[in-house]
Amino acid sequence: MSTDTHGVSALPISSGLKQPYHLVDPSPWPIVGAVAGGLIVLGIVFSAHYGGFGYWVLGLGVLLVLAVMFLWWRDVISESRTPGLHTPIVRLGLRYGMTLFISSEVMFFVAFFWAWFNFALYPEHVAGNASGVWPPAGTLTFDPFHIPFLNTLILLLSGTTITWAHHSLLEGNRRGLIVGLGLTILLGLSFTCFQAYEYSSAPFHFVGGGIYPSVFFLATGFHGFHVIVGTCFLIVCFFRARAGQFTPERHFGFEAAAWYWHFVDVVWLFLFVCIYFLGAGQIAPE
Amino acid sequence: MSASDHAHDHSHGYAAHHDDHGHAPGFFRRWLCSTNHKDIGTLYLIFGAVGGTVGGILSIWMRLELFSPGMHHFSSGQEWNTVVTAHGLLMIFFSVMPALIGGFGNWFVPIMIGAPDMAFPRLNNISFWLLVPAFCLIIAGLVMQESGTGWTLYPPLSNSTYEPGPGMDFTLFALHLAGASSLLGAINFITTIFNMRAPGMTLHKMPLFVWSMLVTAFLLLLSIPVLAGAITMLITDRNFGTSFFDPQGGGDPVLFQHLFWFFGHPEVYIMILPGFGIISSIVSTFSRKPIFGYLGMAYAIVAIGVVGFVVWAHHMFVSGISVDTRAYFMTATLVIAVPTGIKIFSWIATMWGGSIELKTPMLWAIGMIFLFTVGGVTGIVLANAGIDQMLHNTYYVVAHFHYVLSLGAVFSIFAGFYYWIGKMSGRPYPEFWGKVHFWVTFVGVNLTFFPMHFLGLAGMPRRYVDYPEAFRGWNEVASIGAFIGGAGLLVFFYVCYRVFTSREHVAENYWGEGATTLEWTLSSPPPFHTFAELPRIR
Repeated sequence: MSTDTHGVSALPISSGLKQPYHLVDPSPWPIVGAVAGGLIVLGIVFSAHYGGFGYWVLGLGVLLVLAVMFLWWRDVISESRTPGLHTPIVRLGLRYGMTLFISSEVMFFVAFFWAWFNFALYPEHVAGNASGVWPPAGTLTFDPFHIPFLNTLILLLSGTTITWAHHSLLEGNRRGLIVGLGLTILLGLSFTCFQAYEYSSAPFHFVGGGIYPSVFFLATGFHGFHVIVGTCFLIVCFFRARAGQFTPERHFGFEAAAWYWHFVDVVWLFLFVCIYFLGAGQIAPE
Repeated sequence: MSASDHAHDHSHGYAAHHDDHGHAPGFFRRWLCSTNHKDIGTLYLIFGAVGGTVGGILSIWMRLELFSPGMHHFSSGQEWNTVVTAHGLLMIFFSVMPALIGGFGNWFVPIMIGAPDMAFPRLNNISFWLLVPAFCLIIAGLVMQESGTGWTLYPPLSNSTYEPGPGMDFTLFALHLAGASSLLGAINFITTIFNMRAPGMTLHKMPLFVWSMLVTAFLLLLSIPVLAGAITMLITDRNFGTSFFDPQGGGDPVLFQHLFWFFGHPEVYIMILPGFGIISSIVSTFSRKPIFGYLGMAYAIVAIGVVGFVVWAHHMFVSGISVDTRAYFMTATLVIAVPTGIKIFSWIATMWGGSIELKTPMLWAIGMIFLFTVGGVTGIVLANAGIDQMLHNTYYVVAHFHYVLSLGAVFSIFAGFYYWIGKMSGRPYPEFWGKVHFWVTFVGVNLTFFPMHFLGLAGMPRRYVDYPEAFRGWNEVASIGAFIGGAGLLVFFYVCYRVFTSREHVAENYWGEGATTLEWTLSSPPPFHTFAELPRIR
């Protein structure tokens, strides 16, 4: 690097290579999406403070966001099917993007695990907690080897069914792909149903229940939301698989969904071990 | 078949020749639906100027009030507190970050690595547009006078007991939107830098500005989601009956401080690292020398980024954390001085023996190096947990972080503006008025912030609308300085006016042989789409 100024040495020459990237046409979806995002947060604040019309604003924002997601990703899918746009290096870029997005999601859950360990490892951080134990004295918790363990098995099983789908896809077996994906979706939906049932029979309450339910419901609730998002992602892949849009060589949409699904699976394993198992207190009677 | 073939076939907007205006899309498609990194960069720069001007007007208002003891220009302490909050948030999220990362980053990262655009052009556009509703929400929190927490948003001040109104929620959700914007931008920058470097542009040949943007993007990627988690808990505490930070439900307010500063400390490097990159380019260009210790400079940025993640609790020395914890965070914080010192001394070594040309960008760069060093050494003082017991939440802290940010980061923005405005607009800036802008600003900000060290050492607490008579003298000086700094902003507007009404045109490389990065091989302004054929870096 002897002659460098900033790293680049002399004036560059053309490599003679046409640039291999995808220059995207102008699109209205980003600005509409930003407006929709603004409507959603306005709707949440209005409905929390004034009720009534706030829910309409929120509903409108959610609908608009869903519409933008649909239209935007429809464009991406049609571009991916247009020859010459999603070149190999563009597809590599999509992999970077999805990996980085999942990394940021991990950090989002770090915040909630941080809250959990702040109280679980240091019960003295719980204000007014004279007993110095976690969960706070008097808190009844779930039996980890009841529904939570069932849900663990469901998610682990779904990890195998999506791998089944992936291997079928790699071998050009569309039927195996569709069956594997369909089973994964069913397992995801059953996880969500069991989680909803568990919430409805919780021995503690979200609103005004104190610190334990706060951490429990936000940590598991955001995980549950991610399961729902991942299930939607898989459902889209299911229909794309049926339409024959995935080939053994090119199926990044499927892979991204699978990565995301494994991510929610891993988050659940941490939730199960840390919150349900190690964090179990006095077990609530059935 | 490559993507550019397709673009040539299907759209008149993708001429890859040195021909700009005739071939861009129409106004609506070009500016509201943009997928072009240069146009989005321009939008970000304009947005940063607007955010900085509003934030600057708020600071003039505050200095008017603090000119003398008593209440003169504010009706209540709550009004004061909301103005403090809005000033901080506007300057951080709506001025410095949009200008440095969204503006210069968007404009020059793809060009400097020889890429035709960012990796995800639509994502780039939503990153920009998300800032607009976020900005509106901040302004709502300000005019409703319901967000008087300071930018740190600490509960209990920010909980529903002390800030019951929706204005506080608007402010919190504004940070959610701005955070989503930054997060998507970070993903975009990292992917662009890793995936789209031209042939021969190895990581160890990347310009230092690109290195600084890469590290900045990683800091954003890993810290913003933690802030998102923290303000989500705050929002549910306020509105939906949880008690994360509310001792009445067993919660822990210090937990919020940990979560906030796990984001907040990387955030201060997010604001200054891109400035480091700009300063490296400028110092090298105007010394006509390669940057001294390129690899050391690059890895110093990386080291600052890594260590920046494990020092957060030095913001919390008086929050009741244990002595051992304070000892660790103090030591780790002092370690950051090492890579920072590497940067300062390497800039000086770059200038050493160079043929230095004191054009306006170089003035700003040298000014930045000097002022950032002042802010850096007061940072060393504050890093000492014992001394911080006395100085915490005094004007000494205000002086410190304005020296590193208001002066370090903002001087970098202006340095970048004068360095690149000819490249971006194709027109020269008026050298004389650029220098006037620098000297007026330099005198103004030093008069404003240097006396704050004395006020802080004398015990004047920050975030109060009034003060005792004993603090009058240096407050008068600081206020006069702020007015001079405000005059500097007017000179800047005049410079902008001169640039945009100029009929002259500048050449490709108007800085001469010292400027060697790829943007200087392109026309000024560059064509709408650059590098239809990839350059090869030797």
